Amino acid sequence: MIPLFVAIPLGFAFLIPLVSKYKEGFARACAVAGGFFLVCVSVASVYWIKTGAMTYAVGGWKAPFGICMELDALSVLILLVINIIGFLALVYSAEYIKKRYTSPGLYYALFCLLLAGLNGVAISGDLFNMFVFLEITSIASYALVAFGTEAEELEASFKYMVLGSIASALILFAIGILLAKVSTLNMADIARQLMRQGPGNITVLYCAALFTMGFALKAGLVPFHTWLADAHPAAPAPVSAMLSGVVIKTLGIYQLVRVIFNIIGFSQAMSFIFVWLGIISMVVGVLLAIGQWDFKRLLAYHSISQIGYVVFGIGLGTPLGIIGGLFHLFNHSLFKSLLFLNAGAVEFATGTRRLEKVAGLSNEMPVTGVTSLIASLSIAGIPPLCGFWSKLIIIIAAFQVQHFFGAIVCLAVSMVTLASFLKVQKYAFARKAQNPVAGIKEVPLSMKVSMVSLAILCVGVGLFFPVIINTVIKPAADVLLAGREYINWVLGVK
Amino acid sequence: MKQQQGMSLIVKRITKITVSLIFLFGMYIVLHGHLTPGGGFAGGVIIALSFIHLVLAFGKEIALQRLRESFFSAIESFGGLMFLGIALLGLSGGYFFLNVLPKGVPFTLFSSGIIVLCNIAIFLKVSAGLFSIFIALAIIRMPMDDAKEQSR
Amino acid sequence: MSLYILCTVLFAVGLYCLLVKKNLVKKIIGLGIMEYAINLFFILTGYRTAAEAPILDRELAITNFVDPLPQALILTSIVIGLAVTALMVAIAVRLYEKYRTFDINEIRRLRG
Repeated sequence: MIPLFVAIPLGFAFLIPLVSKYKEGFARACAVAGGFFLVCVSVASVYWIKTGAMTYAVGGWKAPFGICMELDALSVLILLVINIIGFLALVYSAEYIKKRYTSPGLYYALFCLLLAGLNGVAISGDLFNMFVFLEITSIASYALVAFGTEAEELEASFKYMVLGSIASALILFAIGILLAKVSTLNMADIARQLMRQGPGNITVLYCAALFTMGFALKAGLVPFHTWLADAHPAAPAPVSAMLSGVVIKTLGIYQLVRVIFNIIGFSQAMSFIFVWLGIISMVVGVLLAIGQWDFKRLLAYHSISQIGYVVFGIGLGTPLGIIGGLFHLFNHSLFKSLLFLNAGAVEFATGTRRLEKVAGLSNEMPVTGVTSLIASLSIAGIPPLCGFWSKLIIIIAAFQVQHFFGAIVCLAVSMVTLASFLKVQKYAFARKAQNPVAGIKEVPLSMKVSMVSLAILCVGVGLFFPVIINTVIKPAADVLLAGREYINWVLGVK
Repeated sequence: MKQQQGMSLIVKRITKITVSLIFLFGMYIVLHGHLTPGGGFAGGVIIALSFIHLVLAFGKEIALQRLRESFFSAIESFGGLMFLGIALLGLSGGYFFLNVLPKGVPFTLFSSGIIVLCNIAIFLKVSAGLFSIFIALAIIRMPMDDAKEQSR
Repeated sequence: MSLYILCTVLFAVGLYCLLVKKNLVKKIIGLGIMEYAINLFFILTGYRTAAEAPILDRELAITNFVDPLPQALILTSIVIGLAVTALMVAIAVRLYEKYRTFDINEIRRLRG
């Protein structure tokens, strides 16, 4: 039942403000239950979709004419990422939001709206419908970034909003040009019409450029990254985890690869652009991260760098490169969310996120210390944790196509990442406190539960990586490799 | 002496007469959305404007005692839920958003199945939402208006 | 064709306003200009010469009508634009409360 992915969170988003005023705790219970159900559905959909795609005609109007939703292996991968991280972030939110913010009802309603938008983006088979869900997600995340209504948060939100609106406008412009060109909005139908008209059309190239700019802005790739480092730290910690772990990937990477690979068609020039966007993002992101002393800001810069890996891997265009890129996307969502939740826990316990002000937390907060150690080693690519395998695959893929410069940059950036996270571990957790502050306690149970489960996922994915690659990543990579085969899956074989 | 709230007596008097007309016109637009141009969004905006009219004429303190924001946000959520409910109703016929109700004779008021209901749901959502936005922006006090805050 | 290029020019004007102007309110106006440029572009793509409004009517059968699909899309896009603008205005007002200015040069506590 594909529409349930949107209908459930959207229903809760409307129900929660209606009820939560009268009943304390209703919002939380609702949101967590909905999140859990969504996780179940998305895990189940891994088994439904092996090859090809499942389409669903909304309102009974058949595919090229009506709005269609379609679920293929790539969408399943993204849905899995969205819903696992979303559910764990919701579990984490319980105590965190109650302590630090007023009006939890609004928070949960916005969070459900965010989930609905993300799921909608992942399952949409119609370009304009995708845009609408993208805007729902964007508006929910603008509001969530400004949720604390402190000066910094408002400022970050305004900056995010300006650049996010530009991105949306560019995407809408590109959709308009495509609509004028081929007179259809169904993604598969657009691809079919474009294939009939043949390659090398200047209008299509213009659209591709607009799409790349728009989605790169949403993903925070380097020439377009300035909003990310402000917006991600300003949000509440579970929302930062969602933004860094899920939103930039779904709105940026997923849509970019869907449009470029399945609709417009991947070419050598695209590969060149992707690879260099990736390399620049990797290097600049990590260099900006080194000097940071704000825990969450450091993590946000690392997000830019790690997204660079994903784009680099996918941009290589070989099967191995795409598998590596998508696997890194999956892994990054796990460990980066975990790190943001850790940063939230540190802030929750000590009231600050400046690394030089906190010290020796691994004694007072053993769970946070251990999970953050796992996540740090993961992001730095230490075997056998999950980050290692995906980086390894990307580097092997780069060697295969003889892109030695890229491979060396990947290795070097990985080293610098390790150094940067050793700094975090040393300052925040390992070193002895000069003048220990009394009263720092471990965070409450619900926060511990979600951090520990993410850490287990990190280790588990690392240990059983062939299983994950075979069941989830490989089919998703096949969708991208099949390119315009996508037309036949959605519209039926002609 | 208590300051006079809102605009002058003439404006208030005229507003009392015109508000109901504006409201009625909005209702007409909503209910004939499937026959003539217009529909839930346009009608909802007109109805929200009628409320905004009241607030402007009578001053926000007096008007907002009658028109409470919590009521409007509840209506808004209800509108959203209703729209989603209509969509889920379609699942009984096999498809999300399927038009399951009888279509009726074209060009009559009771026709086109769920479109009328959708228009009503959208009207609830849009009118309440737009008015909530207006209230939210109106009740923020700009610091420069506030003498007390400036002297602090 | 020249109309489409003029739309792009209008879009560029909005983008310029959004990026370069220092005042928050002017930035919001720039966003509005940008959105209207896109809306205009959509409507123009659906335009046919000497065509009528696409309304089904009992009496007269219209054969030459403009494309209704871009118009429907633009309605959605206008609603989205409304939501974004409202949120932006609300945040700009809150920013004014905190910083007592609309000047973007003075609103910069975040750096690095």
